[in-house]
Amino acid sequence: MSILLDRDTKVIVQGITGRMARFHTKDMLNYGTNVVGGVVPGKGGETVEGLPVFDTVKQAVEATGAEASLVFVPPPFAADSIMEAADSGIRYCVCITDGIPAQDMIRVKRYMYRYPRDRRMVLTGPNCAGTISPGKALLGIMPGHIYLQGPVGIIGRSGTLGYEAAAQLKARGIGVSTSVGIGGDPINGSSFRDILERFEQDDETSVIAMIGEIGGPQEAEAAAFIRDHVTKPVVAYVAGLTAPKGRTMGHAGAIISAFGESASEKVEILSAAGVTVAENPAVIGETIAHVMERAA
Amino acid sequence: MDIHEYQAKEILSNFGVAVPTGALAYSPEQAAYRARELGGDKWIVKAQIHAGGRGKAGGVKLCSSEGEIYEACNALFGRKLVTHQTGAEGKGIYRVYVESAVPIDREIYLGFVLDRTSQRVMIVASSEGGMEIEDISAEKPDSIVRSTVEPAVGLQEFQAREIAFQLGLEPGLIQQMVRTLQGCYAAFSELDATMVEINPLVITGDKRVLALDAKMSFDDNALFRHPQISELRDKSQEDPRESRAADRGLSYVGLDGNIGCIVNGAGLAMATMDTIKLAGGEPANFLDIGGGASPERVTKAFRLVLSDDNVQAILVNIFAGINRCDWVAEGVVQALRELQIDIPVVVRLAGTNVEEGQKILAKSGLPIIRATSLMEAAERAVRAWQNDLTQNTKMRAV
Repeated sequence: MSILLDRDTKVIVQGITGRMARFHTKDMLNYGTNVVGGVVPGKGGETVEGLPVFDTVKQAVEATGAEASLVFVPPPFAADSIMEAADSGIRYCVCITDGIPAQDMIRVKRYMYRYPRDRRMVLTGPNCAGTISPGKALLGIMPGHIYLQGPVGIIGRSGTLGYEAAAQLKARGIGVSTSVGIGGDPINGSSFRDILERFEQDDETSVIAMIGEIGGPQEAEAAAFIRDHVTKPVVAYVAGLTAPKGRTMGHAGAIISAFGESASEKVEILSAAGVTVAENPAVIGETIAHVMERAA
Repeated sequence: MDIHEYQAKEILSNFGVAVPTGALAYSPEQAAYRARELGGDKWIVKAQIHAGGRGKAGGVKLCSSEGEIYEACNALFGRKLVTHQTGAEGKGIYRVYVESAVPIDREIYLGFVLDRTSQRVMIVASSEGGMEIEDISAEKPDSIVRSTVEPAVGLQEFQAREIAFQLGLEPGLIQQMVRTLQGCYAAFSELDATMVEINPLVITGDKRVLALDAKMSFDDNALFRHPQISELRDKSQEDPRESRAADRGLSYVGLDGNIGCIVNGAGLAMATMDTIKLAGGEPANFLDIGGGASPERVTKAFRLVLSDDNVQAILVNIFAGINRCDWVAEGVVQALRELQIDIPVVVRLAGTNVEEGQKILAKSGLPIIRATSLMEAAERAVRAWQNDLTQNTKMRAV
C-alpha cells in the first residue's frame, strides 16, 4: 500500500460547498478517490455531487467512517477547521488553503501535539497542491493525468514545479508511487524529513525526489536525516538560485533570512549528505532516470 | 508588512515597553518646533525609512541646537537614504522622528522572530547591542541568548527573568526587563507580528530600560484581523511596481535583468528564473500569476512586466493544473494586440488543454515564439533577447 492514502481511504472535503471545492471534489471522484462526504457548518443535510454534507467533522466521521480530510476553508477559518479534523479522529488531513496566518499554524501544531502519537493526525500543507498516489487516489488539486504509476516518491513545496517534475518523468515513461505537497508556508504540517521517513519504509517507492526552494531549515534537516537514516537513493532540486536575499518569492516561506537558506547553500548541504542534485529544473526527470539506472 | 520606527515605538509603548520621548515631523520647521516642545538641549533626529542600518548611512543625527536640527533635516528630507538593507536605489525620507537624547550605560540586542525549526516564537538577545545581529552571531556568538515561547501559555515570567539574568543585568533592573520582554511578546502575538527588533535596548544613566530603536514587521496573511495595522502601510517605502502588483493580486519582485517572466506558481516561477540564468540570461522579475489565470489577469501581468524599462524579452511559462492553457493563450494574444508589444515574446504551455492553447497562439498570426520544454523556452528567450539587442544596436549604428 502507498503512503498516506490508498484506493479505499475514505475522504471528506471541509468547505465542500465552495466553488473551488466543488470543482475539485468532482475531479477527485473522477480520478477514483473514495470521497464520502463534506463538512460545512450550517449546511448539514445538503448534497454536493451526490455526497452528503454535514455540520461538523465528528458527524461526518460517525456517519461515513471518514479517515482523511481535504481542507478548502478560507484563510481566516482554516486553522480552526484543521483542529476540528484533528479532534474528530481524522488520520490524515491535507490543507490546500493559501494565506493562513503563521501564528494560527503555530497554534494548530501545538494543538495537534495534545494527542498521543498513535492518535495524532498527520497534516500536509497548508498552501500545497495535495497528495496523489497515481492510479489509486488523489487528495488535492493537481491534474491527475500528468502522473504515471511507478516507483518514484516525490516530496515538494511547490505545486506547479511538482507538476513539471511529474511531467518530465512521464515523458520518460517513469511513474510515481506517491507525490506529497508539503506546501510553501513557513510553518507547515509535515516537513521533508517527515515524508522521507515514510518513503524510506514504503515498499512501492525505490527512489525519492525532493523538490525544495529557498527559505527555512527543512531541506538541511532533511539532509541530516538522509545521511543517517535513508538507504534509498534521493534526488533533489532546489529552486531560487537567482532569488535575492531578504525578499519573499511568492510563497510566504520562500525568503532567505539566515545562513543555509539560499539555494546554493542548500544544494551544498544536500550534496554533502549524498543526495544527487539536479542542477536545473529542466533536468529533474533526467537526473532521476540516471539514478534509477545506476541503482538497477 | 513593515512599519516605521515611530509607529513601532507607539505600539510597543502601548504594551508597556518604555521608549524615549519623541515626536514626528514632516518638515524641518516642524522638527524644530517639536524639539522645543520636547524640551532639553540634546535631540536625535532620525530619518524614518523601512530599513535598518540608518545610523551608518547618515540617517541619524545628534543635534544640540535648533539650528542644527534645521541643518540635519535639510540634509535628510526628500533625499534617498541608501543603507545595506535598502538596495542601491535607497528609500525616500519624508518623515523624521525627533527624540530627546538619553545618557546610555549599556546597549542590548533584543529580537523576537518566528523560528521555523521549533515552529514557535523565539526570543534572541545579546549583551552586544548596537551591532547587527548577523555581526553579533559572526563575531560574538557566545553572547547570544535564545529562548522559545510555548504557544499555549505564552511567555512566562521565569523565562523573561532567565534572559535578563543571562544578559548580566543587575538585580534592580530585572523587573523592568521582564516587563519589556513580556510587552514585546504580547505585541508580537496579539498583532500577528513576524518580527520585533529592539536594537539597541539601552540601560540609561539613571537606570531605566529603554527601547532606543524599534522595528516591527507583520504577517500579511493576518492583516485581515488588524485593520489598525493596515492603516500604517506607507507606500512611499515600497517599490511602486510591487505595490501595484500586490493591489492586483499578483506576486511580483523586481530584479536587475532583461528577461521578463510571467509564470503560474511560486516554485515554477523561481525555477524559470534559474533556467534563464543557466541559459545565459538574467531574469528581470519574479512574477506568480496564481491559479485560475483569466485572459484579463494575463494582460495585467504583461502590463506589469512591461512597466520595467529594462525588459527586452518576455518569457511566459504556464503549467496548467487548475489553469487551462487555452485561456492563457487567449490572454497572451489579447495582451499582445492590446499593448502592441514590440519585444520578443516566448510562450511555453504545458498541462490541461495544451493543444487548444497552441492552436490559439498559432492562429493569431502574431510573432509569438513557442517552446515545449522549460529549457527550450529559456534558451529561445535568451537567444531572442540577444538577437533583438544586436539588431537594435545595428539600427542605431546605421
